[in-house]
Amino acid sequence: MRFSEIRDHLAQFRVGIAGAGGLGSNCAVALARSGVGTIVLSDFDVVEPANLNRQYFFSAQIGMMKSAALKENIARVNPDITVIAHTEKLDIRNIPEIFAGCDVIVEAFDRDDMKEMLIETILEKMPGIPVIVGSGLAGWGQSEAIKFRKIDDTLYVCGDESTIAGDDLPPMAPRVGMVANMQANTVVELLMKKTKDYFSL
Amino acid sequence: MKILLNNREEEFEAGTLTVSEMIEQKKFSFRMRIIKINGVLVPKEKYDTTYIREGDNVLMLYLMSGG
Repeated sequence: MRFSEIRDHLAQFRVGIAGAGGLGSNCAVALARSGVGTIVLSDFDVVEPANLNRQYFFSAQIGMMKSAALKENIARVNPDITVIAHTEKLDIRNIPEIFAGCDVIVEAFDRDDMKEMLIETILEKMPGIPVIVGSGLAGWGQSEAIKFRKIDDTLYVCGDESTIAGDDLPPMAPRVGMVANMQANTVVELLMKKTKDYFSL
Repeated sequence: MKILLNNREEEFEAGTLTVSEMIEQKKFSFRMRIIKINGVLVPKEKYDTTYIREGDNVLMLYLMSGG
């Protein structure tokens, strides 16, 4: 299959990305390069100097809302992508509204409790929508520990499922990028198998 | 009882266990996790009142901070 055909197929779909930090920013850019038609981003944070060790932002963007900065960066990579950027904090109530119509959702939060809340909310309130989780990416090396696991048709995990990010084990570009790109790769795989249902033509 | 835990057979002395008891017996330590029994999500607030029985298919995923 030629890339032009792959891109045209992916252009039909909408992918939600919860969090625009290390996982979300890198995953979003990979999906934009691949040609995913619509990307719905959500992040309430601003770009800080400490983010630049792994997140897809530039030093001139320090102080900008991450979702706005990422929208700008995606437009520079691929102006054909539609980006819907939200800045409210995600919670049980607004997740189904913000990600309504998404074909796949990428879990790209930093904190474990937020990851749990997001996944539980999608599984309960948006049944059938696949969630691609990132879990375990701190530090460096141990490439062999990073893996992909399908739990069932709506739940997939990328990461080492064991390291916890902290002051002495920071998340860094190489490993975060590996997991973010595995998440993007999973999204592409699911979308390439999917046919878009047209209700009205 | 015998159950499937993350696609591996596990045996417990008890004939039935709550999700909380299973977590304690297996010494699963991380705070944040997703658990599904026979394909159905068990939310955290139901760990004490949801039972695991013979033959159940239990899937568990740990959520590690970092992103």
